Amino acid sequence: MNGIQDTQGVIDAEIAAIAASAAQSGVEETAVRVDYPPYRSSRLRHPTKELHHADPETVELWAPCFGDWDVDPLESDLTIGHASEPIGERTIVTGRVVDGQGRPVRGQLVEIWQANAGGRYTHKRDQHPAAIDPNFTGAGRALTDDDGNYAFTTIKPGPYPWRNHQNAWRPAHIHFSLFGTQFTQRLITQMYFPGDPLIPLDPIYQSLTSQRARDRLVAQYDHSVTSHEWATGYRFDIVLTGSDRTMFETEGDHQ
Amino acid sequence: MSELLPPTPGQTIGPFFHPGMLYDGDRDLVPAGSVGSILFHGVVYDGDGVPVPDAMIEIWQADAAGTVSQSTGSLRRDGWTFSGFGRASTGRDGRYTFSTVTPGVTEEGRPPFFAVTVFARGLLDRLFTRAYLPGNDMTGDALWNSVPADRRPTLLAEADGQGFRFDVHLQGDDETVFLRYPGM
Repeated sequence: MNGIQDTQGVIDAEIAAIAASAAQSGVEETAVRVDYPPYRSSRLRHPTKELHHADPETVELWAPCFGDWDVDPLESDLTIGHASEPIGERTIVTGRVVDGQGRPVRGQLVEIWQANAGGRYTHKRDQHPAAIDPNFTGAGRALTDDDGNYAFTTIKPGPYPWRNHQNAWRPAHIHFSLFGTQFTQRLITQMYFPGDPLIPLDPIYQSLTSQRARDRLVAQYDHSVTSHEWATGYRFDIVLTGSDRTMFETEGDHQ
Repeated sequence: MSELLPPTPGQTIGPFFHPGMLYDGDRDLVPAGSVGSILFHGVVYDGDGVPVPDAMIEIWQADAAGTVSQSTGSLRRDGWTFSGFGRASTGRDGRYTFSTVTPGVTEEGRPPFFAVTVFARGLLDRLFTRAYLPGNDMTGDALWNSVPADRRPTLLAEADGQGFRFDVHLQGDDETVFLRYPGM
């Protein structure tokens, strides 16, 4: 297999070459490139043909619904539910979810999962020899409020090595999953922490060629979010794609 | 219409999504083996035709009468409510399975389909597709008609004894037709 022998320098050069050619094209790409060779695992797993245009219809104009029945409010605190306190920097991650028109996405499910402070996941296939924290599972759920806000209490995840190339390390990140009011708005992404020195080296983050698009995945440290003698605070706002269905409803409001 | 806000970009689901995404009953839209239940299943393949053991499939569908459910309860299945949503990870053999019902016709003249979303390690952004069902009149379907005839079979599930089989090919000669909706 290619990949694991390559040094960070080889990966950096590939990232730089793609970034330079993207910059030369003058077109700002707002989405990830699914064909991104520096992320070696994408080689056999990305579609090679153009995505086919589809106008959403029937079920696609709606989205799955989740409600209070589905989510216990305690699920938004990843630091509880175990025998003792988890190890690491306790932190609050909060933000607002809006659609492409800037309207709050209300009552919607937000799911997160992440590694523990030592950079290890609660997963049998994660064999990174960092300690498993018996007091941290690393998964949480919340529903957005009427203004589209969500909030989680968690532990800042650690970076961890992976086998993309020689001495590859993933920056600290939290995985986010969101729905929206229409099937087409489904989003799974990753939130990064500002100032992380591993960010420029990471081919998953760099699969966005536009710096502005990359910046949308980095949370802001927000001291007003911190909790006295308890937790640091970060803000991560999320924009889903536009929704055709709610657009019709808004038009109806003006009739 | 005013300019749309640029959406937050997607990123791969990664290899270790299981603790965060999977839950009891996630693949059972109806209780397995219940009256009227079918199996909706398939294998996710990579570009070498090798099954992908760390993919996740979600489906979203109408009920047997063609009604699009707006009921909650997908994460906490009560055994009675049909919420229309399911989530399943692939196993070591790349196979996913759902226990569900055959989706009915939502609008006269429109063939029913499962809306399908595909996630995987190595796949940087989620992919959308449709799984149409065999034996329906496809002549009036705009998407079907817009897809080159030789690629249409990738959008068609195959009937088997227990329900429907729908394989996903991320790449290769049989690459599944993946969809881009307006605004993406």
